[in-house]
Amino acid sequence: MSLIKYNNRSIKDLTTTPAAAGGNTGALVHIKTLTASGDSTLNFVNGASGVVLDDTYPIYKVEYINLHPSNDGDYLRINFSIDTGSNYNVEKTTTHFYAYHNEGDASGFSYDTASDISGTGDATIAPSVGNDNDQAFSGSMFLFNPSSTTFVKHFISTINEAHSDNLTVQTNNAGYINSTSAVDAIKFVYTSGTIDSGKIKLYGIKDA
Amino acid sequence: MAIRTAVNRALTEITALPTAAALVDGNLTLLKTLTADNSANLTFVNGTNDVVFDNTYEKYVFKFIDTSIRSNTEKLGFNVSIDSGSNYNVAKTSTAFRAYHGENDSGGVLQYYGDDDLAQGTGLQPIHHGGNSDADSCISGELTIFNPSSTTFVKHFIMKTNNNNSSTNSQVLHIAGYANTTSAVDAIIFQANTGNIDGTIKMYGVGPKQ
Repeated sequence: MSLIKYNNRSIKDLTTTPAAAGGNTGALVHIKTLTASGDSTLNFVNGASGVVLDDTYPIYKVEYINLHPSNDGDYLRINFSIDTGSNYNVEKTTTHFYAYHNEGDASGFSYDTASDISGTGDATIAPSVGNDNDQAFSGSMFLFNPSSTTFVKHFISTINEAHSDNLTVQTNNAGYINSTSAVDAIKFVYTSGTIDSGKIKLYGIKDA
Repeated sequence: MAIRTAVNRALTEITALPTAAALVDGNLTLLKTLTADNSANLTFVNGTNDVVFDNTYEKYVFKFIDTSIRSNTEKLGFNVSIDSGSNYNVAKTSTAFRAYHGENDSGGVLQYYGDDDLAQGTGLQPIHHGGNSDADSCISGELTIFNPSSTTFVKHFIMKTNNNNSSTNSQVLHIAGYANTTSAVDAIIFQANTGNIDGTIKMYGVGPKQ
């Protein structure tokens, strides 16, 4: 009778850690990274290009890393789809407020009625982003239970941007997608130009 | 007949995740825990004491766990370095707003807070305001820094903390801004404007390694 021992090499082909060993409950799971290079839009569509955006996870997190616009003062906006990306026109109601401070020490804190939305158009995440070589915005957004066919879908976004007026703006945008159909795709677009560079990352947050 | 057995002990020799697993792991990766005990400061410097603060991750998170100050006049803050900690004096422009509510039900205020923002300031970026040196007082929260190793963009940061301040308020402070440099940021210091600090700060890398 031979006894076979297992060692590091025995598990070299693992692609995920076992739940018991990894303790991954509640963990972020990286799903997809999109790298912009002069793109007019970027999309996460469930079932396309390895993207998962369904009931696999109860919460999804989107991270924006240095999204740089081709046009100065452009608006990064998002929209959602309930037909796998054929249309991005779901009704949304959002709030939008921000704090700004410029390099000359002027500051402000305000609700922005120009950037909230009650409608089917694209919702503003980052207004008037600068396109100097060193300007961009970064931040994140949570999307809750997009696959629900009972509830509206809430989302909460917090970003910081280098504004086209050369000031820092901390922007908070939140709202709900007013649909009881499952949301299965997200679109990101700069309104007048392209997404010159930067990354958008999609994570799922594991259920308990 | 061969008998194959795999028991927990067989896994004890594992020292690192397989590459394939690490690539899909979006968790926080704990890089370093520092604990202050009446200390002048805490620093995380890339390449020192096992700290990684470079292009290994695109996002880093610092968590403040019961960090505290020694007198009510102190204010905890942070600064960053582009020369491995030789100097902590990078220009920063930031915003700050807060909400507070008193233990006696006073307050209930939301406001922009100009005392804690910076306009190209090279000094400490405040982490909290109106510190409280009572034995049970402390600051908790987290600071996120995006892509510190970029040599193209300014470095954005977003921070949210809560503290019980010297007016016995619960105070949540939202601060965000950018370190206005296109040099790579490779070190960060946490210290008070005067006096020493206590408590724990943990540093994490976020998401898959690059």
